[in-house]
Amino acid sequence: MSVELDVFVGNTTIMDEEVYQLWLDGYTVNDAVKVRMEGGVMDECEASKDVLLSDTMDQYRTFQMCERLLHSPAKLANQLLFQIPPHRQIMLIERYYAFDDTFVREVLGKKLSKGTKKDLDDISTKTSVTLKSCRRQFDNFKRVFKVVEELKGPLVENIRQHFLLSDKLARDYAAIVFFANNRFETGKRKLQYLSFQDFAFCAGQLISNWTVGAVDNMVEDMDVDLDKEFLQELKELKILITDKDLLDQHKSLVCTALRGKTKVFIEMEGSFKNLSRGLINIAAKLTNTKDVRDFFIDLVEKFIEPCRSDRWSAADMKLYLTHYTNSAHILDTFKHQVVWDRYMGVVKSCIFKMYHD
Amino acid sequence: MPGKLKAKIVAGRHLPVMDRASDLTDAFVEVKFGNTTFKTDVCPKSLNPQWNSEWFKFEVDDEDLQDEPLQITVLDHDTYSANDAIGKVYIDIDPLLYSEAASVISGWFPIYDTIHGIRGEINVIVKVELFNDLNRFRQSSCGVKFFCTTCIPQCYRATLVHGFVEELVVNEDPEYQWIDRIRTPRASNEARQRLISLMSGELQRKIGLKVLEMGGNAVVGYLQCFDLEGESGLVVRAIGTACTLDKLSSGSAPNTNTHMHPNTAPASNACNSPSKDGKESPLAHGCRSTHNSPVHSVCSSQRLSQNFSVSVPTLIFTGMGSGGSAGKEAGPLRTLLRQQTQTALEQREFPFFTLTSFPPGFLLHVGGVVSARSVKLLDRIHNPDEPETRDAWWEEIRQEIKSHARALGCHAVVGYSESTSICEEVCILSASGTAAILNPRYMREGCLDIGCTDHRFEEPSPPNCGFCHIPYDELNMPFPAQLTYCYHCRRQKVPDVLFTTIDLPSEAAVAGKGCLIQARLCRLKKKAQGEANATAISNLLPFMEYELHTQLMNKLKLRSMNALFGLHIQISVGENMLLGLASATGVYLTALPAPGGIQIAGKTPGDLSSEHISSIQKRINDTIAVNKELYQINPPELAEEGVGSPIPEPRHRSRLFRSHSESSDELSELDLSHGKKDAFVLEIDDTDAVEDIHSLLIDAPPPTGFYSCNTENMPGISNWTSGVQMFTSVRVLRLSNANLTNQGLNKIFTDLCENLLKSFYFKLRSMIPCCLCHLNFTVAVPEEELIQVTVTAVAMTYDKEQTQEKTAEKPVNKGSLEAEEQLQFPLELCADSSSSNIQTASKISVSLFTPAAKLCQNQLLIARSAGVGESTNMSPRAASVDYGSFADRCSTWLELLRLKAHTIRRGSVKTISSLERCSPLQEGRSRSLRSSRSFGGSSVTVVKMTPLSFLPGTRIIKYLGIINMFFIRETTSLREEGGVSGFLHSFIAEVFAMVRAHVAALGGNAVVSYSMKECVFMENPNKNQAQCLINVSGDAVICISETDQESSASTANTGQTGGSETDGAT
Repeated sequence: MSVELDVFVGNTTIMDEEVYQLWLDGYTVNDAVKVRMEGGVMDECEASKDVLLSDTMDQYRTFQMCERLLHSPAKLANQLLFQIPPHRQIMLIERYYAFDDTFVREVLGKKLSKGTKKDLDDISTKTSVTLKSCRRQFDNFKRVFKVVEELKGPLVENIRQHFLLSDKLARDYAAIVFFANNRFETGKRKLQYLSFQDFAFCAGQLISNWTVGAVDNMVEDMDVDLDKEFLQELKELKILITDKDLLDQHKSLVCTALRGKTKVFIEMEGSFKNLSRGLINIAAKLTNTKDVRDFFIDLVEKFIEPCRSDRWSAADMKLYLTHYTNSAHILDTFKHQVVWDRYMGVVKSCIFKMYHD
Repeated sequence: MPGKLKAKIVAGRHLPVMDRASDLTDAFVEVKFGNTTFKTDVCPKSLNPQWNSEWFKFEVDDEDLQDEPLQITVLDHDTYSANDAIGKVYIDIDPLLYSEAASVISGWFPIYDTIHGIRGEINVIVKVELFNDLNRFRQSSCGVKFFCTTCIPQCYRATLVHGFVEELVVNEDPEYQWIDRIRTPRASNEARQRLISLMSGELQRKIGLKVLEMGGNAVVGYLQCFDLEGESGLVVRAIGTACTLDKLSSGSAPNTNTHMHPNTAPASNACNSPSKDGKESPLAHGCRSTHNSPVHSVCSSQRLSQNFSVSVPTLIFTGMGSGGSAGKEAGPLRTLLRQQTQTALEQREFPFFTLTSFPPGFLLHVGGVVSARSVKLLDRIHNPDEPETRDAWWEEIRQEIKSHARALGCHAVVGYSESTSICEEVCILSASGTAAILNPRYMREGCLDIGCTDHRFEEPSPPNCGFCHIPYDELNMPFPAQLTYCYHCRRQKVPDVLFTTIDLPSEAAVAGKGCLIQARLCRLKKKAQGEANATAISNLLPFMEYELHTQLMNKLKLRSMNALFGLHIQISVGENMLLGLASATGVYLTALPAPGGIQIAGKTPGDLSSEHISSIQKRINDTIAVNKELYQINPPELAEEGVGSPIPEPRHRSRLFRSHSESSDELSELDLSHGKKDAFVLEIDDTDAVEDIHSLLIDAPPPTGFYSCNTENMPGISNWTSGVQMFTSVRVLRLSNANLTNQGLNKIFTDLCENLLKSFYFKLRSMIPCCLCHLNFTVAVPEEELIQVTVTAVAMTYDKEQTQEKTAEKPVNKGSLEAEEQLQFPLELCADSSSSNIQTASKISVSLFTPAAKLCQNQLLIARSAGVGESTNMSPRAASVDYGSFADRCSTWLELLRLKAHTIRRGSVKTISSLERCSPLQEGRSRSLRSSRSFGGSSVTVVKMTPLSFLPGTRIIKYLGIINMFFIRETTSLREEGGVSGFLHSFIAEVFAMVRAHVAALGGNAVVSYSMKECVFMENPNKNQAQCLINVSGDAVICISETDQESSASTANTGQTGGSETDGAT
């Protein structure tokens, strides 16, 4: 005796958020049943394991049928097959597009290609996110990437409108798309300490300040590609380290401002030239795609690590960078104030964000 | 040329990719009606094409308009090869044919393909211009409204109920035509869908014609079914109740001149015998005093005697052929009156009503359930134009039902329904209903012409118990029953249990809550062919009926209840087994005596270990106690037994005999009483019996916060909140081992049903406190070793806090309300007898009525007839009630009561006028027609669905027409679609979606009285194939929320009374 067929269909589609999460997390039906049993849902309604199994199967089927619609969330609102209350639709979409920070950290900056997809089982073992869930997340990234690639207008807004995501999630996706498009290196050991949210913040900074969209908001890919002209102009900043006078002047201005305000003043004074060279060199090299990819690793190697080895506190670092940036304005011979601000504004906030253990 | 149909194709969206190369589609649309086809332009390379076509106009007969659906086919244009069909939309334009319903159909329809399911959507606008040629109207039946709802629709008033209408049409099933061998499955499915659509249209038109002939304008309780007879054809049949409905408009005051005497609450007649006031015609008699003649007093005294059921209307038993000379004490006039009433109804060929709930006062007495079954061998329908055989079969069954009703002293059958179960060439036809006496006062003038009473001086017998009073005569009961005086009015006799197929009358007084009670049964049978098979089945049927009733009765007692409503017994036939499933809603009627307990007894005292017995006994007693608590059954304590009941309760011992066991005399030695009440005895004489008792006890009560019923209204709960979740669930079980016993099978089947319920409770736990209403189980044996159970129901949330207090005041108030609204509820009785040729090949019919009596004796009245004519009455024992001293006591009490009656009569006037006064309170509830298309901001209209006739918290302001849809889905890639469950899951979801889309296109926002009448599932996993047929129906409506309505109702507050259900939400 066996149950050959077992379905339950409600006029209003019944979805249990807990089961949805289990499904999203890639649990098999049986595993999901186990988890639910442990969760104590059985006591709620005198349910038995069979009841739970049947319910889980039903829900899994429903989700599978919905999945097609979730791929283009706008369809969910005007499809006729499932009657789902609007707040439920929002929940479904938001959760479907939600991702694990540990997973996204692994693929961040990688090309969203078939090749990467093949590596997902390794990532799955590493992050202990189920392969199924990895695939969903990866496909989501890819899907969002594909759609916004061809759209004009602001990236975050496009993602939000096309995928009906919350502002927060749309921003995260923008970061993922941005990273994938520019192929920023994030996987090196030295960068391991950085979380996805750190990068997402940086990406936000880069998008709103360094992209084409920062100056012109009606171009294709405006928020995805860095502003080439700007990158070109960055070369001009080299004068701050190549011109000996300027360098010294800059140093003394910064040191004057810092004196007495920090415990690590000596170290700051001592490493000023090195640090300044590091930051300016990063700026100057950004015309090379290769160096763009290494932007974050460079920041860490050239700035964050030296500071950390000198035991700067985060406050010290903030203080230093603020004065470092502002002092440049006082330099009479330094003409590239606008580019400087555009560059340092982003670098500063990125470093602020990245300066932690 | 009576009609012009116009259609416009606006746009498509979400179309499937038809061209792999470009990932796009070149779509165009064919619009077909009858034999005319139009095409749109091709909209190249788009998945969201905008056609914005011209208006395609079809000039057609209204007959075609009724029969044919508008067929819209979406295709992909292909320059080099044949165009590929994407899918189709069938639009039933019937709702556009009557003025009050929808005026335009406009909206997004899912494009449906029988192989691929829904493939995108199409936006269509359809209009009909009907030329108002009334004569032409009569030839078709445009304008006749159809309602699936089995009560008078909310915004209508029945001015006349004409009675039963039925029709059937037959055709060859395209699936079985020779051409099916060469055409694609898609073509075959579409041919079938189209044919059924045509046949339903034709059927509806024919029924409409009958209604027009009767002078009605609507069919209520319309029930249409398909019989897929396989090789022998396809039958589409329908039954319904013809009515003349008046739309209640907010501007009219329905209770002014159309009403009869204002001081006569219709409910007040509930206790009266139909004969005495029978000829009162509400419309005509302005002056009643003329009837105030000596006749009146004679009548009333006789009525009083009727109260004791001493007088016997002669006609009651003529139908039974058991000698109709019982009316020894009845005055000649009385008898005559009774006869008049009777004949009036009898003039109708079938005094049947498919309605299950009635305006108060319409239903006088309920006799009990009458049902009839007949086993037939199918043969090919040779001439589709003359479906005589099928007609005759049903005719026969209906005759049987009619005669059963008569045997119960009833002249009408309410809550009537018909069904079939087919397996190969064997077909079981079933019909059932509730025998009842209707209030003849509502009959049309002229049907009766002598004797009348003045209603003003009538005693108002409590409306909440009248229907329980036995309609049959006590001294000549059609079956032995244990009668007591009504626990409510103490004047008339009531049975100890009451089974009915109708809904609980809103005015009935109940204690506690109701609950779903099911009896489940499996019977193995040998595989056989032809007549041998039919004989085997018909031999099994009576035993199944008996067992099912035994189970029902036991479970009813176990829940400490005394009445069943909405009883529906389904017997389904398979190749090697029969399945029986009886569902009903149990309730404690305070008018009926408290049920006795269940007593366990060994075959002989001290036979089985008494410990064992006592432990079972304890379990049973405990269960009863628990159930009493659970369903809050605390009947009002009767102040003093002696006052009310003039006769000491006869202590009858009732015993439940197993079908094979003989009566044993030792029983009388046992103390059978359970408390003070009479007990039910279960004999444990073998292991089977033990099993049975165990199975009795497995039925788990619903978890806390849940109630369940299979009727429209949940007894004891009326304060619904707005949460509504309709669902359909299908489960198929494969029985793996071949050598199962009946017991084993029973267990499996019971578990299947119980587990389904458990699943529902679990799934819907977020709605607690909630009630599963209208739980409708359907069983089938699609293949050998497969059991399929399909359930459709609705879960509704309610307000826990108010439950208790509501019940007390509610019924009375409601009663008066509805009375105001629907007082005018005459029954039209006119002769409509058509001759019927009964030709039977191999027919054995089993019939049964379950009135208010005890099963243990011979409630099971089995009439078996093999061939024509010959019939054997199997009822074994005679009544054991001693009526000897009865009559004496009666006469003394008669006097006493007569005095009493006078007092009450005087009091009645007051009561009624107070009711009058309270009605204006409700008149504020008028409605305003709001824009029918503004429902929320979502791009897709939310369409609620419910199998009930109402939606809590809302009021239906418009019925847009009937939804009757038939779909076939087939797949040749079963695994890829997620196996059988995945396949059926998406199909059911698609069906819901299509129903919702059609309703939304009509401008509606809800479907009421929704039902899935057919869900036939076939699979062939080896070939990776499956096919499923689904038929659904319901009424598309616009409803507005109660709160909206109230806020906007301030302007027009004329005599618009609120519907009964909506009150519950306030």
